[in-house]
Amino acid sequence: MTRLRGRLFALQVIVIAMIVVLVVRLWQVQVVQGPKFVTVATETRTREVRVPALRGAILDSSGRPLVVNRSTLVVSVDRSSLERMPDGGDAVLRRLAAVLKKPVAQLKQQIRACGPGVARPCWPGSPYTPIPVANHVNMRSALQIMERQEDFPGVTAEIESLRDYPNGKDAAQMLGYLQPVTEKELEKREGLKANYSGVDLTGRDGLEAVYDSALRGTPGLRRVQVDRMGKVITVDQQSAPTAGDILITSIDEKVQRVVENSLAQAMQEVPQSDGAAAVVLDVKTGRVIAMASRPTYDPAVWTGGISEKDYRWLLSNKSGKPLISRALKGEYAPGSTFKISSVSAMIADGEPLHGTYQCPSSFNVAGRAFGNAGGMSLGSISLHEALVKSCDTVFYRAGYEEWQRDGGNKPKPHTKEPMANMARAFGFGKPTGIDLPGDSPGLIPDRTWKHNLWTSTKDQMCRRAKTGYPEIKDEARAAFSKRLANENCLEGFLFHAYEAANFSIGQGDVLVTPLQLARAYAALVGDGNLRSPRVGWALVRPDGTLVKEIPVPIVRHLPINDETRTYIRKALSEVPSDGTAAGAFRGFPMNVVKIGGKTGTAEVWGKEDTSWFASFAPADDPRLVTVVMVSQGGFGAATAAPAVRRIWEGIFGLGKGEDNKPVKAAMPDGRPPTRLPVIRKDGTVAQ
Amino acid sequence: MPEAMSVGRGSLAKRAVGRGATVWKMDGVLFAAVIALSVIGTLLVWSSTRMWSSAEPTGLLKKHVLNVCIGLALYSAVAVYDYRRLRTWAPLFYGVALLGLLLVITPMGSTINGHHSWIMLGGGFAVQPAELAKPALVVMLARLLTPTAEGTKDRPTAIGVLLSLAALGGAAVLVMLEPDLGTTMVLLATTAGVIVFAGVRKRLVLLAVGLAVAGAAAVWSLGLLKPYQVARFTALMDPSSDPRGVGYNSTQALVAVGSGEVFGKGLFHGGQTTGRFVPEQHTDFIFTVAGEELGFLGTVTVVLLLGVVLLRGLRIARACDDRFGALVAGGIVAWMAFQTLVNVGMTIGIMPITGVPLPFVSYGGTATFANMISVGILQAIHVRRPFAA
Repeated sequence: MTRLRGRLFALQVIVIAMIVVLVVRLWQVQVVQGPKFVTVATETRTREVRVPALRGAILDSSGRPLVVNRSTLVVSVDRSSLERMPDGGDAVLRRLAAVLKKPVAQLKQQIRACGPGVARPCWPGSPYTPIPVANHVNMRSALQIMERQEDFPGVTAEIESLRDYPNGKDAAQMLGYLQPVTEKELEKREGLKANYSGVDLTGRDGLEAVYDSALRGTPGLRRVQVDRMGKVITVDQQSAPTAGDILITSIDEKVQRVVENSLAQAMQEVPQSDGAAAVVLDVKTGRVIAMASRPTYDPAVWTGGISEKDYRWLLSNKSGKPLISRALKGEYAPGSTFKISSVSAMIADGEPLHGTYQCPSSFNVAGRAFGNAGGMSLGSISLHEALVKSCDTVFYRAGYEEWQRDGGNKPKPHTKEPMANMARAFGFGKPTGIDLPGDSPGLIPDRTWKHNLWTSTKDQMCRRAKTGYPEIKDEARAAFSKRLANENCLEGFLFHAYEAANFSIGQGDVLVTPLQLARAYAALVGDGNLRSPRVGWALVRPDGTLVKEIPVPIVRHLPINDETRTYIRKALSEVPSDGTAAGAFRGFPMNVVKIGGKTGTAEVWGKEDTSWFASFAPADDPRLVTVVMVSQGGFGAATAAPAVRRIWEGIFGLGKGEDNKPVKAAMPDGRPPTRLPVIRKDGTVAQ
Repeated sequence: MPEAMSVGRGSLAKRAVGRGATVWKMDGVLFAAVIALSVIGTLLVWSSTRMWSSAEPTGLLKKHVLNVCIGLALYSAVAVYDYRRLRTWAPLFYGVALLGLLLVITPMGSTINGHHSWIMLGGGFAVQPAELAKPALVVMLARLLTPTAEGTKDRPTAIGVLLSLAALGGAAVLVMLEPDLGTTMVLLATTAGVIVFAGVRKRLVLLAVGLAVAGAAAVWSLGLLKPYQVARFTALMDPSSDPRGVGYNSTQALVAVGSGEVFGKGLFHGGQTTGRFVPEQHTDFIFTVAGEELGFLGTVTVVLLLGVVLLRGLRIARACDDRFGALVAGGIVAWMAFQTLVNVGMTIGIMPITGVPLPFVSYGGTATFANMISVGILQAIHVRRPFAA
């Protein structure tokens, strides 16, 4: 028994040692490192949840909705809590798929992160955000998920607001769309990496992008205690979100509808046309009344996450890339509509406003005959008639002589280039600065441009001049290409006479956007001030108080006197009644509303002509400018001018519609509202 | 004292609580420590399970109180029993325990929380034969290592040692099949303790230790453990290496205990406990609830109370002049000491995560009964110590 007692004593020593070890270790963990673990515990237990604010609506100039919110039940999945599960959340997703009646594979695609090699559907947003997997969930399914949280850890069903477009496809490119905010954007914007309740969206294009910070509002913050499944146990503190501001635009929804319909009809009537755009500007203020682009699409496809199929379609050539607004991103040769700039340049360069000009059927430019369309020959005419009848040879002569005065192929040290400089004064060649993203500059080809182009391409051209084009099978074509390369290599920096002549009638390399043309016409027929157009009119808090009115900046005054401007306007006022657009406006009640305008038919190499009509009304005291462009639309008088006529009829309520009833005026008298619509305290619009 | 001679006579009441009754000869300190641990355990079980169901926050608490009461009844019954007769019954107990373990691995067994170690009895009651195997094995070992009825030899017979290893092997293999690594380790440690107490030669002990180390190395390298078991050992080395995998339990346990600091957050006020960040926090990880809600003062109290139980048990073992009794008492202490070390140790990052309950504190009916019966045996030995009267 002694040995037994001895060994029991040894155990006693071990037990005491064990107690000492445990106590020491507990002291270490709880007393020494305690504060550190308190911090860790707080971090694991508390979540900062941002509550997105209700996004502001976008209204038209009378307070009619363009983009509003609609609430819906959205089911979202938190990927990080699924990843924490032993099976990677497989079981949860399978149960969820059963409730939502969706294939599991689809859910899995929706929640994977987008990245190189991962095509949509995938999640482009922050991985800390719950990912919406189903919208318009019915209340029963939502309740199933909410009540059985133990079966659906990491899955939430919440009421969320989604963007709604009551006017369908109207103004789709201008309104823009929302996409989930990326992690990087978020950190840049708020400097914090928080967890999200609901989806945080950001404007990606159009007004949604430009006015994003105002529309977005201020998100609320909730600090909550969660359990290990991420389920909220208690809310510690809460700051309520502040709803975003309402954006009131100068768009008139009814006019927009008229414009959309007119473009749709034009596209339908000319099947080979691949795009069209229309811009209606308020001449007095420079604000945009309507702007449309074809082809278009339904912006509702973005709501609640776009599908892979829809996204591919929007970017494909088959759909004609409807995301791109032809009105401000499409660059086209302006054709004769450009003559307002050329004629202004002639006057500014010293040619007489009331002089007599020769309109032969063709004009010899450096040994090459440049003819009028249809061989038109009018003899001695005034500038007025040159504009009304669109006599090209008058402008060829002017362009060519201007080129000669600058030294021709041996340019003087300081060339004047009046036509190019006047075009720039009309706002061509640089972005308009409109409050929409992606506004294109267009192109004003002049001597400097030509030289720069040559500098950047000459190495390649000169190499090709030596090596030729062995890859081209057709010997004749290869030889031609080689000759061209040689020519470009040797004298590509030269601004040729034919280029100057073409420029004068808006052909050759000159490119403008429909918006640029519209604001140039607005400046010409208005007060002579070139403006940077605005779609946004004012930002208003949801309770109706005005945040700010958005001013329309004046870029510059046109460098021509009022007499010249009036002369040109009067000449253009004859175009729809007696000039190139007379056919399109036959029977139009000019006695009620007199219309002015200019047709344009721009030749495009390898394609059908671009059809233009730039117009204003009433001709005597213009209030509105309307420009329509139909790409591959043929003659300006054939496609664009009738489209503009339909727009004027719709705006002023003239003529009869397809149903043979009188057209109801979209904007009686063509007077845009001058006062902002009144938003009541509850956010509704006073009628 | 003459009154001592009167045990077994007189009225029932007098026998139970009268002067000289068995109850007065029991170890009051041991009893008090067990009661204190049970009270603390009951509160912790309550705190860690109250959020399970908002309709019935005390559901598990009630079951636990019932378990403790049944346990105390078993304790009392065993305490007044002449433990020496256990020697006779030992093979039966051991056999019943083995049978239970065998049933578990048949289709009659049930799986709860990934452990296939239960037999459902119906009515919401279930037994865990592995828990009952612990005291049964101790008693069996004590018998095998006490060759004669009035054993006076100081060393066990070789055949006794081999039979003991066989007894361990039978139980351990069945437990391993569940699989329950924690209980296997407890059985192993307990058997090692009893054999050492029984007086095998030191060099044999050293040899066994050497073999054990070699065996462990072999098991490790041959990959006999399940991946998650290996991972648990790896996670012990560095819990932060994989905080969302196996290391999750270990990390969360440490965070919960550590965040209690000196005074704790107060009963029912532990955020980690309320959020159920630590798994199994009413059974295997109940010590984390003590850590978070009762703080350093609370955890030290629990450890010291367990220390009191162990040391009083050793005192009883050493006071016993009967080899069988001393071995039983020593075995019970070895078992509970090992279980305490592993259970507390795993919550503070010094032991691997294994599923063993904390004696007298964790929720679990079978474990509670086994613990109470074992303390009852200690008391029975204490009551019959020499010069007890």
